Amino acid sequence: MSTAPTPTLEASGDGRREIRALAITGFGGIPEASLRAGMKHEPHFLGSDMGTIDFGAYYLGSGRTGGATERDIRLMLEAQQELSVPLLAGTAGFAGGEPHLAHTVEVVRRLSLERGYHFNLAVIHAEIDKQRMHDALDAGRMRPLGPVPALTHDAIGESVRVVGQMGPEPFMAALGQGAEVIVAGRSCDTSQYVAAPLMKGFDYGLAYHMAKVIECVSICAEPGGRDCILGTLRDDHFVLESQNPIRACTPISVAAHSLYEQPDPYYMYEPGGMLDTTSSSYEAVTERIARVSGSQWVPAQQYTVKLEGVRQTGYRSFAMAGIRAPDVVENIELIEQTVRGGIEAEYGPEGNDYRLKFVVYGRDGVLGPLEPMKGAKGHELFVLIDVLAQTQQLARAVCAQAKQNTMHGGFPGRLSTAGNLAFPFSPDLHDAGPVYEFNVYHLLEMDDPLELFSIDYVEI
Amino acid sequence: MPKLRDLARIIRSKNAKPFVLTLDMLFATREAYDQVVAAPELLPEAIAALYGMPVAAVRVIPYPAARAIKITMHRWVPAGSFDDRDLLGAQQAVPLFDLEISPRPIEVVEPALEGTPR
Repeated sequence: MSTAPTPTLEASGDGRREIRALAITGFGGIPEASLRAGMKHEPHFLGSDMGTIDFGAYYLGSGRTGGATERDIRLMLEAQQELSVPLLAGTAGFAGGEPHLAHTVEVVRRLSLERGYHFNLAVIHAEIDKQRMHDALDAGRMRPLGPVPALTHDAIGESVRVVGQMGPEPFMAALGQGAEVIVAGRSCDTSQYVAAPLMKGFDYGLAYHMAKVIECVSICAEPGGRDCILGTLRDDHFVLESQNPIRACTPISVAAHSLYEQPDPYYMYEPGGMLDTTSSSYEAVTERIARVSGSQWVPAQQYTVKLEGVRQTGYRSFAMAGIRAPDVVENIELIEQTVRGGIEAEYGPEGNDYRLKFVVYGRDGVLGPLEPMKGAKGHELFVLIDVLAQTQQLARAVCAQAKQNTMHGGFPGRLSTAGNLAFPFSPDLHDAGPVYEFNVYHLLEMDDPLELFSIDYVEI
Repeated sequence: MPKLRDLARIIRSKNAKPFVLTLDMLFATREAYDQVVAAPELLPEAIAALYGMPVAAVRVIPYPAARAIKITMHRWVPAGSFDDRDLLGAQQAVPLFDLEISPRPIEVVEPALEGTPR
């Protein structure tokens, strides 16, 4: 296997060294114009965060991929081949488990074969073996992260899939072995962006802060968006420039980014330590380029890896329809109550076997009990009848009865005696398959940051 | 009294992972930021009551670098669970929109007596 060098750095114009990272959005479609613009800056490496936990447990549990399309992967590989710099992609296939990683690697292989791309590929696995977790639990090396119960052996046993969020170390190991394209399973959103800078001895605080901002591409700009962003890291500061000229990285917009999706804008925890932005300064270089300095890194006493795992809670079926007739709108509460009574008579009370909910948009669908406009209803409603049950057949049966009884439910003063619901299309009822929830959300103490994350090397 | 939606340029919510909701208010002027950050309506107790959450579950974090205030709270149900209605938590800031904000208390400065050292 050839040993391509890690990114080489030359001095910037004024004699100081810098490392340039081009961050590419990992899902939702890469805006190509900003990718081309970014490439003109000759970045030392390309990075992409290809996944997230935000869209819920379903992707991790089912193995279904989301996020980057074949077009996106092709654009990333094309850029890598044109520039001959490393491409580091984390949380592949949206959830970063084995099926997600395998799917992404398969697309990479196929596109490369079709288009004649050649590179050294590293594939980094992030799924965690259950026995490893059982042992860690027995050794007292697991702790809950946030408001979740302590982990039990039962919870580990029940889990369908567990991934660990890898830090930068596996990426660094792969770069050290000459990898030119790295496709990794579940990673911290900073890992693919700090790996090269840390290997080159750049400041940890600045490297992590820059990574934290650019991993969301141009969300830190005004107006925010998904265009690629160039981050230039130097010894005592970093500079940010969105690659879409209409987007400006201003001191306030970059400072405000520390708020985005974070529980605390000042302290952000990573496997090996904590980023502290209490002393960070944000300045304007131009009206659309911002400069950040002063960010600090506090190393952790104990290296920890965040584990995310899911278990299956049942199966879902749902129906959805509009309501416009004023007599039905007026009486939707009574209709729901009547339908529930009928379901309970047939299937027993809601509980372990099934759950049933009516989500009434136009009244309080989004906020439920938090809705401040109590009692207000629109002239039109949209009702989602959602059922979770132990089997798909039971979910379907409960949903079918609920839907049918809502459609034909009577009430005093009813005019709409042919039907209460306007279904948007056929089918009127949908089996949505397995439903998952997070049951592992814990920190695992580790002595070796590489231990959980095996790496395969392939010549493409 | 002015409502928060009249004082803030941005009021938004989002999950910070599945178990935590975070709400941000960003202000266009230092004056607006100063009024809201000091208001009793922004105390954790008041926010907790607004959201029906225990006080221990709520943190209010001033962030002057961005003229912003962050509220972080434990989600009442995990995101994406059966009882959840908002997978990304992006539409949960509404209770803040019409929050009426008390004006800043006027500082009273005692006039010095003649001959008294200040």
